[in-house]
Amino acid sequence: MSAEPILDISGLTTVFRIGDREIAAVRDLSLSVATGETVALVGESGSGKSVTSLSIMGLLPRGIGRIAAGTLRLRRKSGETVELQNIGGEALRRVRGNDIGMVFQEPLTSLNPVYTIGEQIAEPIRIHLGKSHREALSDAIERLEDVGIPDPSRRAGQYPHELSGGMRQRATIAMALACNPTLLIADEPTTALDVTIQAQILDLLGRLQKERGMGMLFVTHNLGVVAEIADRVVVMYAGSVVEIGSVARVFSRPRHPYTQGLMRSVPRLGTATLLKEAGTPLPTIAGSVPSLMNLPQGCPFAPRCPHRLEACEQAYPPLADAGEDQFSRCIRWQEI
Amino acid sequence: MSHKFFLEVSELGKDFAPVAFGRGPVVRAVQNVSFNIRRGEVVGLVGESGSGKTTIGRMVAQLIEPTSGSIRFDGVETTSLTRRELRRMHARVQYIFQDPFASLSPRMTIGEILVEGLDIQRIGSKSERVAKAAQALASVDLPPDAISRYPHEFSGGQRQRIGIARALTLAPELIVADEPVSALDVSIQAQIVNLLRDLQMRLGLTMLFIAHDLAVVEYVADTVIVLYLGRIMEMAPSRELYASPQHPYTRALLSAVPSPDPSRHTARQILKGDIPSPANPPSGCVFRTRCPVAIEACAGAVPALREGAKGHFKACIRDDLD
Ligand SMILES: Nc1ncnc2c1ncn2[C@@H]1O[C@H](COP(=O)(O)OP(=O)(O)OP(=O)(O)O)[C@@H](O)[C@H]1O
Ligand SMILES: Nc1ncnc2c1ncn2[C@@H]1O[C@H](COP(=O)(O)OP(=O)(O)OP(=O)(O)O)[C@@H](O)[C@H]1O
Ligand code: SF4
Ligand SMILES: [Mg+2]
Ligand SMILES: [Mg+2]
Repeated sequence: MSAEPILDISGLTTVFRIGDREIAAVRDLSLSVATGETVALVGESGSGKSVTSLSIMGLLPRGIGRIAAGTLRLRRKSGETVELQNIGGEALRRVRGNDIGMVFQEPLTSLNPVYTIGEQIAEPIRIHLGKSHREALSDAIERLEDVGIPDPSRRAGQYPHELSGGMRQRATIAMALACNPTLLIADEPTTALDVTIQAQILDLLGRLQKERGMGMLFVTHNLGVVAEIADRVVVMYAGSVVEIGSVARVFSRPRHPYTQGLMRSVPRLGTATLLKEAGTPLPTIAGSVPSLMNLPQGCPFAPRCPHRLEACEQAYPPLADAGEDQFSRCIRWQEI
Repeated sequence: MSHKFFLEVSELGKDFAPVAFGRGPVVRAVQNVSFNIRRGEVVGLVGESGSGKTTIGRMVAQLIEPTSGSIRFDGVETTSLTRRELRRMHARVQYIFQDPFASLSPRMTIGEILVEGLDIQRIGSKSERVAKAAQALASVDLPPDAISRYPHEFSGGQRQRIGIARALTLAPELIVADEPVSALDVSIQAQIVNLLRDLQMRLGLTMLFIAHDLAVVEYVADTVIVLYLGRIMEMAPSRELYASPQHPYTRALLSAVPSPDPSRHTARQILKGDIPSPANPPSGCVFRTRCPVAIEACAGAVPALREGAKGHFKACIRDDLD
């Protein structure tokens, strides 16, 4: 799709072993992230967002989850292209934290409580870039400065618990950027933060991404955050990509009933009063997300879809090209 | 009813003692909070994490005792109730929790969960209690067979419906809903918000609705109170507050909410710095360390909560802002 993809995923299917069955948590997912581009992965709880990012990073739980199909191509800093699904162990560790930086929702899961912030940022710099202890530490302090942590040399000597939630998230961003990765994967990096702190972190990530020309895969369930930070958006539902395209197009002219329903049911500042005074209920999507254990036959959204036809329940719809780089997994995308 | 307000909260304060061996500073969770709720009114309580929303909600629901101030419920001062009176009061005020998973006992059937409150209050005969439970289930749109099933068999949204049904069995007059939709997905959130709003209007419930999602509060509340570090920054009819926020904090808070409409992107105002610790709040205006328009005088005295336009209160000394 885009000129220079850093990450190019094609036909990814990731399965989990549950009892004696294998359940697809991500089904036939294709997406690409280009240099300098931010792609948002959005969807409700359990839709497969984190499983997608874990698949890219090779962090699926051993013996339980595995990539069953698909290719995940990554262009490394060196220009060399690797297929992530084929490499393992040592080779993957060379990529992770080096070519790919990672930020998670809860900063404390990526920070080790017994090491100082500075040591933790310096470690990947020593390992991947082969710098000396002293050089790495001075780089680490520079990174802390990049992410807007005041008094970085003092902060470098502190432990994670001595920092506020927002500062910790800044520190994990500094750690993710330690080795100047070309791709940043951020999984709900602002979900645990207050809204004024979230605004700071979104601003920071957007700025760093532009300055460094990184590609960013940003996982979130918040449509407002998507509009704020992303160029393109991938909407997931029950393990499937249901819609994909530029944020401007998908949000102003959604071509999948699920995206349409989501856009309608988000309460919006400034319009809620009008609805309330008119006595109009908030628009909703009826029913609830199906369990992956017994997904419907055809379109996974069919049981909740107001536009459902009999044909919808018969076959899994293909991703239809709706033009202008927008795709919808709905057989009625033209009529709705 | 002779008195004007159903709930009168005045000069409410709550301090929490330090945890470690009584050393360290006390946490000033709530300070000098006053507001009133009319019968049938919904008041929204918004603010960031640690601003004191839950603490106020728990004091109003008589689950914890205030350190100072008073709460009058239907004309009765509640800070000096006897045990018996308190138990009776508990039937009139119900609390809905954020986490539908943690708040339902996994070993009890839905039926048992629903009649528990009636059992404790010794209301009605056994069959009357079961009938009340069934009625509550129906009012939250759950099927009758849910009564013999267990919480784990339900989705998050359904569990929140069960939590609401549990609160309704006692026919309460006041409901404190503490982040009732925060743990839910967007598409389910709207269903629960509609349900709460519908029940509130149908049953004429009075409600204290706590949330950090400003848009959800806008839809539910008639009046909104904005908290910061345990103090009220602004209080106004919902329409007023969203259309013309007066306090610098409210303005920043509203501006920080990301909008899903790409066309509506305006320059965002980003507050600098972190929220200070409630164990050591700034002198004067608690917001001044992050306030973009703070002046020297802001550090002096705590700004009074003053009425500007009718019913619109703010605690900020700067009246010279547009
Ligand atoms: N270790 C695991 N074992 C079994 N199933 C798993 C495991 N991890 C994830 N899954 C399943 O994969 C599906 C997708 O999960 P995933 O974590 O990707 O959701 P998500 O979109 O990130 O949701 P959330 O918004 O809640 O983070 C879920 O149904 C989940 O139950
Ligand atoms: N039992 C307690 N002991 C000590 N401190 C407490 C206790 N309960 C609350 N606090 C403190 O009081 C302050 C207000 O907490 P409260 O839970 O009321 O905030 P909140 O606005 O509900 O926040 P959130 O949005 O995170 O739920 C916080 O600093 C909190 O740490
Ligand atoms: S009183 Fe002063 S510091 Fe407080 S919000 Fe108003 S202007 Fe800012
Ligand atoms: Mg996730
Ligand atoms: Mg709370």
